[in-house]
Amino acid sequence: MRLLAEGLSARRGEDLIFNDISFALGAGEALVVTGPNGSGKSTLLRVLAGLLMAEKGSLKLENGPPEMRHPSELSHYLGHRNAMKRELTVAENLSFWKNFMGDSPGGSGRDLVEAVEAVGLPGIAHLPFGYLSAGQQRRMAMAKLLVAYRPIWILDEPTAALDAGADKLFAGLVNAHLDQGGIVVAATHQPLGLDRIQELRMTGFAGVDGGLWHDA
Amino acid sequence: MIALFLRDLKLSIRAGGGAMIGVLFFMTVVAVIPFGVGPDLNLLARIGPAILWIGALLASLLGLDRLFQAEREDGSLDLMLMQETPLLVTVFVKCAAHWAATGLPLVIAAPLLGLFMNMDELAIGATMLTLLVGTPAITFIGAVGAAVAVSLPRGGLLVSILVLPLAIPVLIFGVSAVYAAIEDPAPFLPPLMILMAITLFFAVIGPVAAAAALRHASD
Repeated sequence: MRLLAEGLSARRGEDLIFNDISFALGAGEALVVTGPNGSGKSTLLRVLAGLLMAEKGSLKLENGPPEMRHPSELSHYLGHRNAMKRELTVAENLSFWKNFMGDSPGGSGRDLVEAVEAVGLPGIAHLPFGYLSAGQQRRMAMAKLLVAYRPIWILDEPTAALDAGADKLFAGLVNAHLDQGGIVVAATHQPLGLDRIQELRMTGFAGVDGGLWHDA
Repeated sequence: MIALFLRDLKLSIRAGGGAMIGVLFFMTVVAVIPFGVGPDLNLLARIGPAILWIGALLASLLGLDRLFQAEREDGSLDLMLMQETPLLVTVFVKCAAHWAATGLPLVIAAPLLGLFMNMDELAIGATMLTLLVGTPAITFIGAVGAAVAVSLPRGGLLVSILVLPLAIPVLIFGVSAVYAAIEDPAPFLPPLMILMAITLFFAVIGPVAAAAALRHASD
């Protein structure tokens, strides 16, 4: 499986946010998107997740399942918001997403107890999501990545509000996913510490060519 | 999809959910009418079905704006847009759950409120039946308005204004079916059939339009 982006550009309203971004990610590879605030990291990730239309360029998945219409169907998207209901318990939230999303072909999600343990918060799944602290909520949102299998993870500032231990835990989750042949695109300053990581530096339109990429 | 239906039902009965708000509003509207109109039992019996229908219409408009807005605010809508499941199926299931949580209680509360209005058994039965058939249409129409106004911070009143003109036919045929059941010469079935047709029509059109609006509202 290979995720290919060619010459992507996107605009919000009248403004072009970025221009001509290309990358290719094979199975087990990660792309780390960095750049100052407002340089278009989130916009790029929303384009990849199919939530924004690209102005130009194409996004393709090679060797994906034939009936797939957009790579977003095989993607997890963890945005700034956690997509969990405050009124429901953590277990209800997670089991809803597990059932609603289902598994992509080629893998299966972990069960709830395992996923909650994997993010280091066993024993609080019976609490309403709204009772948890911001960091705990973020961890539980990560558990959502585990309960339904998706080969592609699109993560927007996943470690915001997390402590140092959780940073390490998150790096572990991402690496485990990469080991299974997954693809990760993350906007993060968190060092993932592996050699299979490409870096995409967004410079915004203060820069000359709007974004360049190179192997880290 | 059953998971989505059950989740929305659960949310509507937990704290902050809108299930009881609609019924309470319905009761308030209908209960104050006799005080305003006065103790003329014949008059109350005559206007009863229309009052029940107007109350039910307004009550079902009440919670509609939160249908997609709540999902958008916590990011759930993004994930729903990304799935392989067609968005219109998701919208349809959300509408069904919304109706079960807010529309069905109105139907169940109608007989009690019918007594307030001095309606006889036949009129109460006919009102219940037409509400049962007609209120889903209001939810499906409302879903379109809710989807259009999803990104507006105070879209509640706007949704009602957008939706009300489209919901007027439902009101007209609902009330005329009830009156046809009470007053002998008018036939009961044709207006009821038209009401059913309206519901089925909007059950198809509503989710398609709402799904299209949601796709274009994403930013």
